[in-house]
Amino acid sequence: MLKTLKIKNLHAAIGSTKILNGVSLDISQGEVHIIMGQNGSGKSTLLSVLMGNPKYTVTAGSVILDKKGILELSPTQRAQNGLFLGFQHPQVVAGVALGNFLRLAKNTIATAQKSKTPAIGPAPFAAILRTEMEKLKIDPAFMSRSINEGFSGGEKKKSEVLQMAVLEPSFAFLDEIDSGLDIDALKIVAKQLGAVQKKQGMGLIIVSHNPRILDFIKPDKIHIMSKGKIVAQGGKEIVKKIEKDGFDSFIKK
Amino acid sequence: MPVPLKTKKMLTQTGDNSAFSFRTKTKSFFASKKGLNADIIREISRQKGEPQWMLDFRLHAYEVFLGKEMPKWGADLTGIDFENIHYYVRPQDKSKRNWDDVPKEIKDTFDKLGIPEAEKKFLAGTGAQFESEMVYHSLAENLAKQGVIFESTDDALKNHPELFKKHFGTVVPPGDNKFSALNSAVWSGGSFIYVPKGVHIELPLQAYFRINIENMGQFERTLIIADEGSSVHYVEGCTAPTYSSDSLHSAVVEIIVKKGARVQYTTIQNWSGNVYNLVTKRAMAYENAEMFWLDCNLGSKVTMKYPSIILRERGAKGEIQSLAFASKGQHQDAGGKVMHLAPDTSSTIISKSISKNGGRSTYRGLVKVIKGAKNVKTRVVCDALMLDPASRSDTYPTMDIKEEDVAIAHEATVASIGEDELFYLMSRGLSEEQAATLIVNGFANPIIRKLPMEYAVELNRLLALEMTGSVG
Repeated sequence: MLKTLKIKNLHAAIGSTKILNGVSLDISQGEVHIIMGQNGSGKSTLLSVLMGNPKYTVTAGSVILDKKGILELSPTQRAQNGLFLGFQHPQVVAGVALGNFLRLAKNTIATAQKSKTPAIGPAPFAAILRTEMEKLKIDPAFMSRSINEGFSGGEKKKSEVLQMAVLEPSFAFLDEIDSGLDIDALKIVAKQLGAVQKKQGMGLIIVSHNPRILDFIKPDKIHIMSKGKIVAQGGKEIVKKIEKDGFDSFIKK
Repeated sequence: MPVPLKTKKMLTQTGDNSAFSFRTKTKSFFASKKGLNADIIREISRQKGEPQWMLDFRLHAYEVFLGKEMPKWGADLTGIDFENIHYYVRPQDKSKRNWDDVPKEIKDTFDKLGIPEAEKKFLAGTGAQFESEMVYHSLAENLAKQGVIFESTDDALKNHPELFKKHFGTVVPPGDNKFSALNSAVWSGGSFIYVPKGVHIELPLQAYFRINIENMGQFERTLIIADEGSSVHYVEGCTAPTYSSDSLHSAVVEIIVKKGARVQYTTIQNWSGNVYNLVTKRAMAYENAEMFWLDCNLGSKVTMKYPSIILRERGAKGEIQSLAFASKGQHQDAGGKVMHLAPDTSSTIISKSISKNGGRSTYRGLVKVIKGAKNVKTRVVCDALMLDPASRSDTYPTMDIKEEDVAIAHEATVASIGEDELFYLMSRGLSEEQAATLIVNGFANPIIRKLPMEYAVELNRLLALEMTGSVG
């Protein structure tokens, strides 16, 4: 059965600064949503809050994953329940090889989900990883490199998509996955994103401030965010409006 | 990748301070009464059947020990009660070359620790010290044929008197410090290694040091002589069970690295939390020689240890890399010392410390360059990682440079585990503890990856064990 994620009237703050002021959004597995909006509109915060970043305090609202509230869950538990966040600025973790880390994560999630497939050993996992890396045109040597250490902006983004492909979440939130990518890299990432999403029937929420991403990804729904709220929803016609009048046209309403 | 049995055993056992905390009931062949006096020293020497010069050396060192005050710097040593220590405990009549001849209880102990299984797999030779004596020593036959000597230091005194006397006490004299004086007075056991000219020992030689009884003082004495153009890698491991009262481990290690030779000395110690570990380690490096100390310190109540290298002749190279993990009630006061006494010498000191649950780690280092030692290069890096605000880290780097033609680099960092890093790893399904352990392993990795594979695996597991239950 397809899972659903229902965000209802979500309010969140960092310290005493309110950032989300009542976001509501429903998404089902298999759907692709894009959230657009200017810098500072709360898009990234929304994704971070969905993943349980302890920096933010949720002050009101609910997030329901298949009838189960997730706001009480730790980031660990959310990941183990099938959520994934692709970071805008992925962290460097020195001395920890990407491949080892990802295998640990994969096996930990599988154990938590009481998966019947046994833990994957280093060699078969490396084989899986190599295949996925190839699709994203990532040098297999990155497997043994420290997580994000010395990665270029584009390599970091590819690595996030790689992690998503390997961990196979039910819902993935991708924060500015298109920033820092040149046009060729963007094509590769978008193509692979689409392929993984289809194959795994994933629900995707992509945050971007660049309408260019729509040339490569066909969303089921587009949301416009401003001042911590979704101010407009719709299909392609919204993009035309952005291109013509800019984000301001939504904000002034 | 063969996982040493040591590791497997470790993982199947539980309880405080890991799998090493088991105790073996043994009957000692001889144990000196608690406390120390000249008569006890005479008795130790008599039991060992030593030549007069060694007894004189011991008695002189004892005088030096009595005359020296406790160090007023470094870690708190007020808990040491010199009167409450057995200085000499002899577990069997003499060191064995055949494992089957070792008494069963002792054999069981080392079996639990994975020795000598490891010997067959990836070592060129093994030694095992139980309490005061080496109970076992063995060396690959082809190395013995090439003239390599790997024996207990006591045996070497008997078997190679001239070679022994020529080098013993020349790198660390009794008067160096109070604990080197104490060791010189009551030393027992340890390894003696001689590598003849041009001989390269490919696989490591290993010795394992085990304190088993309560209120024990272990004072092994290791002497390594690498003759011209030779090379050897020596690995020592140390453990003890947990008791309510303290034990003392005070070793002296002397290494002579002759022209063009290379010595690596690797330590993985995981003492229980009631051991004072006060060790003097020093190497003398001659022309174009290379000395590498790799020192990993887990456990103990207090460790004070600063492996040193004297770069005595032109072109000598020294490297000291150390890793310290200080948890609750522990103080790791560690670092390194390098003396540049000749031109074109170079040195690197890399120290990494991790403090957790109120543990304290201190980096204490000295780089000295004398006038005339031109074209010296030295680099000192110390990084501290603190896992919580209750822990403490201090850095005391000293540079004493009397020559202008010197390239010096010094870097120091202090970091705590960042919330962002944890969130990133947790968002991939890892628990907070797994995430923190990964960060700690990553921090220690530049040192750990210098270890032979089998030891690297073990050390990563030890670190993981230290991290168990460390996060709310």
